Amino acid sequence: MRWPAQMILGAALTALFLAVALVSLIWVPHDVAALNIAAKLLPPSAAHPLGTDHFGRDMLSMLMVGARSSIAVALVAVGIGVAAGVPLGLLAAARHGGWVDELVMRGNDLIFAFPALVIAILITAVFGPSALNAILAIGIFNIPVFARVTRGGALSLWRLDYILAARVAGKGALRISAEHILPNILNLLIVQGTIQFSLGILAEAGLSYVGLGAQPPTPSWGRMLAEAQTMIYTAPRLALLPGLAIVTMVLGLNLLGDGLRDLLDPRLRRRTA
Amino acid sequence: MLRYAAARLVSLGLSLVAASLVIFAVIEVIPGDPAAFMLGLNAEPDTVAALRDELGLNGSLPARYLDWVGGMLRGDFGLSYTYRVPVAELVAQRLWVSLPLAMLSLALSTLIAIPVGVIAAARRGQAADYGIMGATQLGIAVPNFWFAMLLVLVFAVKLRWFNAGGFPGWEAGVFSALKALTLPAVALALPQAAILARVMRSALIETLGQDYIRTARAKGLNARQTIRRHALRNALIPVLTIIGLQFSFLLAGAIIIENVFYLPGLGRLIFQGITQRDLVVVESVVMLLVFAVIVVTFLVDIAYGAADPRLRHRR
Repeated sequence: MRWPAQMILGAALTALFLAVALVSLIWVPHDVAALNIAAKLLPPSAAHPLGTDHFGRDMLSMLMVGARSSIAVALVAVGIGVAAGVPLGLLAAARHGGWVDELVMRGNDLIFAFPALVIAILITAVFGPSALNAILAIGIFNIPVFARVTRGGALSLWRLDYILAARVAGKGALRISAEHILPNILNLLIVQGTIQFSLGILAEAGLSYVGLGAQPPTPSWGRMLAEAQTMIYTAPRLALLPGLAIVTMVLGLNLLGDGLRDLLDPRLRRRTA
Repeated sequence: MLRYAAARLVSLGLSLVAASLVIFAVIEVIPGDPAAFMLGLNAEPDTVAALRDELGLNGSLPARYLDWVGGMLRGDFGLSYTYRVPVAELVAQRLWVSLPLAMLSLALSTLIAIPVGVIAAARRGQAADYGIMGATQLGIAVPNFWFAMLLVLVFAVKLRWFNAGGFPGWEAGVFSALKALTLPAVALALPQAAILARVMRSALIETLGQDYIRTARAKGLNARQTIRRHALRNALIPVLTIIGLQFSFLLAGAIIIENVFYLPGLGRLIFQGITQRDLVVVESVVMLLVFAVIVVTFLVDIAYGAADPRLRHRR
């Protein structure tokens, strides 16, 4: 078995970034809103462990606040996906083959045709760019993902005897879904949530990089990269640090997700048992 | 097969209608008056009225929708408000950047991913497998636009082998055009290849566990022959599906990558459309992108149905 080491590494990296984001709520080394042109592009030092950017802002503080916005966007987007997708998936499975099922699945197919970036483009074209748009775009994209996972997991449970027993006992589809189906697909949802969380971090970075996400002066990893791009000749460090932060965070979440899947997947468990 | 194809075709048509309705609703219904929206707050009322007239906004909503869809079917995407040229013309120009870029990176990622995935599967549990799996894990975590910046840093800034961006146009010769597309295509292809290599590996491992593989080995084929003659072809089916499904990611990725390299493709066109509030451009280009995704999904379904008869009858 190899998963524990990988999973522990993943969990540690994830916890580290979550902690950094939380700490940034109450304390950052330097104010990220204060511009100090005299201190621009300083190399790493005791006062600025990761140096300063082209406006003299402390890079470490920027990255900390950036972690907060990335995580917030990705988490809320997962929340939207779960809140809308899971009930839809449960409903589709409970009414399998009926028109509700058909409608939910076709609606999902439709959203799948719109990549998160395209949703963001549509929203931004009409409402203007903001972090909220990024959340909405990624969240809408998450809905069919969770609906599909929920429906798939629920369908396989509906065939089992204990569900039949519950039906014979007179429980309605709604109660069965809530009391018996949902707790048993929680594993699947946790794993999928981790995956969508990591995809959300990547998507948020991409959206804010092209200007469809967090707006200045809010620091975000994607925007830091966009600003650093113009200075890649003079100050490549500015482009390296936010990218490394994204990669480390996403890598951590992916390792955690893989580990959780191995750990929680009932098929794998049965095989090893 | 014919019935399966016909059913998929109907669903293709319905998806396209539904997608166009969504786009129409967002762009033309939600802003209230698109003409006033495009011109901004300080527009004179008669300018707004003139634009309303030009955009055909005075008709009823159903009439406007049918007009828009009918126009697209004839290849008429409307007139760009800012460029004062037909959107179809703009799209045709930009397509010559975006499409080759997407194709190039698709080819590149496939050419990298398949051998790499096969090696990992054939050497399962050995050092090569661990190395490849570690590298792909990293590849999945790297945002392609950041990878693009790293490529610029190394190959344009330090080594000076390539330009950091820009596109000379195909008139400047195929070589210089391809050269300008090389770094963008690599940036787009490698993270994609990481995902594809993992799919290739697991598909091949699953195939290698089948009975007919044991038969092939039993009749005296060595591991290499078995993979080449029996396992690879069967394992390629799921890989081809993923390639098709990844098309939408590739398209979205291309839009972002075009920004890194200042390539005059569809992505730049869309972002210019957004900043200039040129809703005609945004509406048509988004529809085109969604159209491409839906059609590719349809083609993958058909190809999959052709390759695997069981799917045609499954619900």
